[in-house]
Amino acid sequence: MTAAGLRVVEPVPVLRVRDLVKEYGEGDARVRALRGISLDVQQGDYVAIMGASGSGKSTLMNILGCLDVPTSGTYLIDGTDVGLLNEHQLAILRNRRVGFVFQSFNLIPRMSALANVELPLVYGGVGQAERRARALAALEQVGLTDRVHHEPNQLSGGQQQRVAVARALVTAPALLLADEPTGNLDTASTGDVLEIMDRLSATGRTIVLITHEDDVAAHAKRVIRLVDGEIVADRRQAPVDGPPPRLVEATT
Amino acid sequence: MNQIEILRFALRGLLANKMRSALTTLGILIGVAAVIMLVAVGEGSSQSIQQNIQRLGANTLTISPSFSGGGGGGGGAMRGPGGGGGANTGPRTQARQLSLADAKALTDKTLAPSVKSVSPVVNASSSTATYGAASHSVAQFVGTYPSYFEAVNKPVAKGTYFFNDDVLAARKVVVLGQTVVEELFGAVDPIGKQISVSGVPFTVVGVLKEAGSTGMQDADDIAIAPLPAVQQSLSGFGSLGQIVVQATGAGTTTSAQAEVTAILNQRHGITNNNPDYRVLNQATLQETVSEATGTFTVLLGAVAAISLLVGGIGITNIMLVTVTERTREIGIRKAIGAPRSAILGQFLMEATLLSLVGGLSGVLVAFVGTRFTIAGIEPVLVPSSVVLALGVSLGIGLFFGSYPANRAAKLRPIQALRHE
Repeated sequence: MTAAGLRVVEPVPVLRVRDLVKEYGEGDARVRALRGISLDVQQGDYVAIMGASGSGKSTLMNILGCLDVPTSGTYLIDGTDVGLLNEHQLAILRNRRVGFVFQSFNLIPRMSALANVELPLVYGGVGQAERRARALAALEQVGLTDRVHHEPNQLSGGQQQRVAVARALVTAPALLLADEPTGNLDTASTGDVLEIMDRLSATGRTIVLITHEDDVAAHAKRVIRLVDGEIVADRRQAPVDGPPPRLVEATT
Repeated sequence: MNQIEILRFALRGLLANKMRSALTTLGILIGVAAVIMLVAVGEGSSQSIQQNIQRLGANTLTISPSFSGGGGGGGGAMRGPGGGGGANTGPRTQARQLSLADAKALTDKTLAPSVKSVSPVVNASSSTATYGAASHSVAQFVGTYPSYFEAVNKPVAKGTYFFNDDVLAARKVVVLGQTVVEELFGAVDPIGKQISVSGVPFTVVGVLKEAGSTGMQDADDIAIAPLPAVQQSLSGFGSLGQIVVQATGAGTTTSAQAEVTAILNQRHGITNNNPDYRVLNQATLQETVSEATGTFTVLLGAVAAISLLVGGIGITNIMLVTVTERTREIGIRKAIGAPRSAILGQFLMEATLLSLVGGLSGVLVAFVGTRFTIAGIEPVLVPSSVVLALGVSLGIGLFFGSYPANRAAKLRPIQALRHE
């Protein structure tokens, strides 16, 4: 905490959110899912966003992943105002700057693990040979070298989620977003996925993760609590440029 | 994101649901094959009718008597523009039959320069030919001049024609059609044999080349003999049944018709537009018939085109189902950065592939199908119908696929992902 306070922060954060508001419905049925969120996430940070269901954490995540648009407020990735981008530029942004891991894995059925991981590179216009090499490297990072030609329905939940993490990583995005990545996994698989996250954080990757489990949040360097669409707590557990807390415990 | 990748995605999408893709393709296949084959059948029947008409003799005019009352109904389908002047049923003072003198008058080279030959024709009705124990009722027993063979396009396959000498001497010689030969002689060589027609002996000098049947009528059930011989023994020296006039060429049939009409009008004393004879022009008949068969072909093609359209609607239906079913997949693709154009391209490509594969196999089926005789008609493949059917099926894929593809591309990622 002190280390972060003394450190001279970089001028452009990876994520900058200002007064973000998201409303659903019209008139009486209107629901305010987000009521003015302001947040900066620095390069290399590992942030866990916690909250009960209905607290707006998934809504926030979808906006951060450029899957949804806010009702008002601004959102900058690497200093680029997302609200000013057209549809095509948004697609490029989703492809190159953001990696998204879903709770329900969201792999494309009937495509091998390798093909699933290659997919973002295909849309990014990367050539076949390089694509193959990068996808294999990403799968190796998540420890699935022996499963590259399996289709999603031939993989366990934990393995599917690791493929999804590999897919999110393969474009080397500035930001890795994970929406309850361990929500559908058993304890052992949860451990595998969180360990991968820790290692990624240790190599300097910026991660934002949603969870409602304290065990998962304990892996993060910073924990933010959301209640009814507002930030109620923002606690730092480890310095931005240091290793994630659990990895420190494990090695020492 | 290049075209090959889009093609690969589309192929993967189609192969994921082989049965459905195959059935959709079948719809287009049937449509395309139906268009090509029905047009081919139409064209085939049109050509066979044309050939049959040509077999009757090219560049010929057939003049037959027309009586008040009888002339109106007889014209039938042949009453094309300028086809025959026999559609009149008005009162007539004196109707004259066609005579040998009329036929002689038509050979006048100065009055009728476009006429090449004139063959007067009598038909002996219900003549039974016998040879030994075999007997056969000849459908057409024709008495005429040697020029008739060329005019009505009936070459001799075996033996010879009869000649002008035979006509002058009224020799009882006869040239038989294939059917008559088979009925009377079987495998025996008929040349030089004597047959008896209604008790009158005739010597066979030739056998006509097989013409094949034209519709209901057997063109080979015929016997041709010199005019005076038939008149003497069978029909009597009355009027002529027909006069067959051959024009000097295809371009002169119309002028020949005018000359013939002028001569006959003068000879029969016809001043009003109500002649007692009728001129049937082979060329005009051919024109009229080809017009009719053309309409027939268009009609067949139109019916087939409807099935092609139905196949196209099938593509829309399947693509809509596919898009709905794969909404989540579209959401995933968009979430990992697929641009709208890539999604649009993939689904358009799927629709186009369905229609293209269907179209090409339809062409294949049609190519095979037109090798066979359909309902007695030999189909003739029309190249333009192949190009048209393929083009239309491809267009259908693009057109009917664009709506579902657009719907898929326009989905917002979060909407698509939430879709269950």
